[in-house]
Amino acid sequence: MNAKMKLFSYNTADTPVHRLSGLTKLICFLLLTFAVMFSYDIRVIFAVMIFSVAILRLSQIRFSQIRAMIVYVLVFVVANAIISFFFSPEEGVKIYGSRHNIVNLYGGYKLTWEQIFYQITKFFKYFSVIPFGIIFLLTTNPSEFASSLNRIGVNYKAAFAVALTLRYFPDMQREYHDISQAQQARGLELSHKAKFADRFKNSLLILIPLIFLSLERVETISNAMDLRGFSKNDTRTWYTSRKFARADYVALAVSALITIGTVYVSVFVNHGRFYNPFV
Amino acid sequence: MDERVVIEFQDFSFQYFSQAEPTLNRINLKIYRGEKILIVGPSGSGKSTLGHCLNGLIPFAYKGDMRGSLKINGVETREQNIFKLSKMVGTVLQDTDAQFVGLTAGEDIAFALENDNVPTAEMRERVKKAAAMVDMQNLLGSSPFELSGGQKQRVSLAGVMIDDVDILLFDEPLANLDPATGKAAIEIIDELHKKSQKTIIIIEHRLEDALHRGIDRVILINDGRIIADKNPHDLVSSPLLTENGIREPLYVTALKYAGVKVASDMRPGHIATLQVDRAREALAAWYNAIPLERREYAKPSVLKMENVSFSYDGLRPVLNDINFDIREGEMVSIVGRNGAGKSTLSKLLCGFEKEDRGAIFYKGENIREKSIKERAEIIGLVMQNPNQMISKPMIRDEVALGLRLRNIPEEQITGRVEKALNICGLSPFKDWPISALSFGQKKRVTIASILALEPKILILDEPTAGQDFRHYTEIMEFLVEINKLDVTIILITHDMHLMLEYTPRAIVLSGGRMIADTTASMALTDSRVIEEANLKETSLFQLSRLSGIEGGARFVQGFIDYERRLKAR
Repeated sequence: MNAKMKLFSYNTADTPVHRLSGLTKLICFLLLTFAVMFSYDIRVIFAVMIFSVAILRLSQIRFSQIRAMIVYVLVFVVANAIISFFFSPEEGVKIYGSRHNIVNLYGGYKLTWEQIFYQITKFFKYFSVIPFGIIFLLTTNPSEFASSLNRIGVNYKAAFAVALTLRYFPDMQREYHDISQAQQARGLELSHKAKFADRFKNSLLILIPLIFLSLERVETISNAMDLRGFSKNDTRTWYTSRKFARADYVALAVSALITIGTVYVSVFVNHGRFYNPFV
Repeated sequence: MDERVVIEFQDFSFQYFSQAEPTLNRINLKIYRGEKILIVGPSGSGKSTLGHCLNGLIPFAYKGDMRGSLKINGVETREQNIFKLSKMVGTVLQDTDAQFVGLTAGEDIAFALENDNVPTAEMRERVKKAAAMVDMQNLLGSSPFELSGGQKQRVSLAGVMIDDVDILLFDEPLANLDPATGKAAIEIIDELHKKSQKTIIIIEHRLEDALHRGIDRVILINDGRIIADKNPHDLVSSPLLTENGIREPLYVTALKYAGVKVASDMRPGHIATLQVDRAREALAAWYNAIPLERREYAKPSVLKMENVSFSYDGLRPVLNDINFDIREGEMVSIVGRNGAGKSTLSKLLCGFEKEDRGAIFYKGENIREKSIKERAEIIGLVMQNPNQMISKPMIRDEVALGLRLRNIPEEQITGRVEKALNICGLSPFKDWPISALSFGQKKRVTIASILALEPKILILDEPTAGQDFRHYTEIMEFLVEINKLDVTIILITHDMHLMLEYTPRAIVLSGGRMIADTTASMALTDSRVIEEANLKETSLFQLSRLSGIEGGARFVQGFIDYERRLKAR
């Protein structure tokens, strides 16, 4: 297996985070995401970010495992920042109600301290959520994830589809890899030497066999599931679901406190979602 | 009605809506409680359809016209549903990988219970018990990628046993397993039968392997009808097997070559029960009359590996110091258990991966610097499943694909495509869509598409997997024809018949090392090689021992030589 295979896959280890029930992790993830998304107070965001990085260390996730993910997100967040500056350069001024110009740019754009502060806040907002997402994905057994989805009210067929996708994803990756090699031997050029239009056309030569193979597989899987009674009843139980232990209650309580804390800061300290250092 | 009958077909016929002819035709069959039944038949005979009727996939998942009656435990299946039937008939499918729906062994075993809303705590207990029945209790946390084919099959078995079904149905249980694992699977089924007294139905076309342990009755099916319903001894002594495209056990073929009339009082159903007293002299006489062949390969080397080692992660060697020299026009098989390094070896040859140490020579020239594309013009790779390669709707375009990707002028392409299609016997179909072809024909299309590039060496990964005897013979004889055109052929295979009959030479890998490079007859009679590589001793060897002929390997080689001369005649 190369490192790519591990990209989104569940990482087995025995840490306090892994031992939490999937449902706990899902609820904590939702609560903490809400907290960070709700608040535009950079002090709160920094506090949560430090917390999230600490949990990341606790779950023994190595940087090499998440490097690719971080890079994708970074590209996205930076692009987002640039685009939002060009579309609404006065957003910071509007929010904080003051204007401290730094420099005049071309085309009437003005760079202000307010805008910079606002965008930095936003940047860290995104970046403090990501560790939670990573922790959740990498420490939750996919079937446990499915069972948690089911327990918070998602239909079990939909929830199981998620687990099934994760189950067969590595198989598909391997299949893709094999087909691609065999087609390259026939002369398929996938490297940058080929023109973009050709590369697109060429990738079809891999995708078509992959689709047919997957259809074959789907038939077997659905037969195997039918023969063992899937979708017989309106509900189902889950082998992987865990009973709540003390750690689960602690984790839920901590997440709830953080969420309440951020809301408290917004309502009673900042009197709004934004923290304004300019007054 | 008779209490002992668990399954009863009465004038039962079934026709898929998509088919013009009925697949099962007026079947009458009774199966009794606790019996162990083997259903054999060539591809398309209707044996899988019969299995589908038992587990309820017919008529509930595959629709069609059903006539007559099929009762299981006294009730008509059509009045049930697939879930009720699955409580009576537990099915283990042939694809050990795709049927594994859980992310761990434990979860997969629990699947049926989950769907029955069994509470988690009780479920965990029952999973442990079911896993213990198939000796998997210590691997409950393993993912499908960590388990071998045989282990995955045991998990599937535990997954159906957990429901305490009356009837166990095995659909081609040997299809995806190496010989030793297949043998173990038959043993597990047998022990389960003895312990639990469940009714067992095995659908298989590999008769000899399925008869490794006792069977009460063998049902032979062809063209949707029951041709025979006999005990193994009677069936094996009758001419019905060969007439209906089922390969008879090799030891029976050998007895027949020796002029022995195989009768049921010799108990020839299993090699373990065979009485050879009467045949001893005839066998010895036949064997001694076979002239010993000396084969020398005077031809020059075409492909040579010298001290080749390779590892994916730089830590664990997948191939370790491999040395061999294949000569022009040879036909060689590469064998070994899953994970022995067979496919990695072919990846190195095709240039998908580069050797860490050592070198690969084509006609004496080191090919390290040749790209994948360049190597493909020397070494062609045909993958196991034709659907892994086919990417064009029309046969002609599929075969031309490699040439077009190489920007060869269209006038030349036409000629080369015609030639490749001609060699592969596909000329009559050249303007057909690929979807209209059978599996074997698709296989030929993929071979043609590689041959169009005019490689000197052809590597085939399990060319006959899942094929019945007729298709197997067709594909292999076709490869022999290609081999005669001076194309060197390397076969990666689990199939010991294939090794014996078609490849004079076998390279055996185990744990990344080459443990033998010898004749197939030597490899399949050497107990050390057999054990290390998960092979199975050929029954010919057992026959020679039974009848007191010394030098089993020579006996096996004699059989092969005799058979080849018979075919050449």
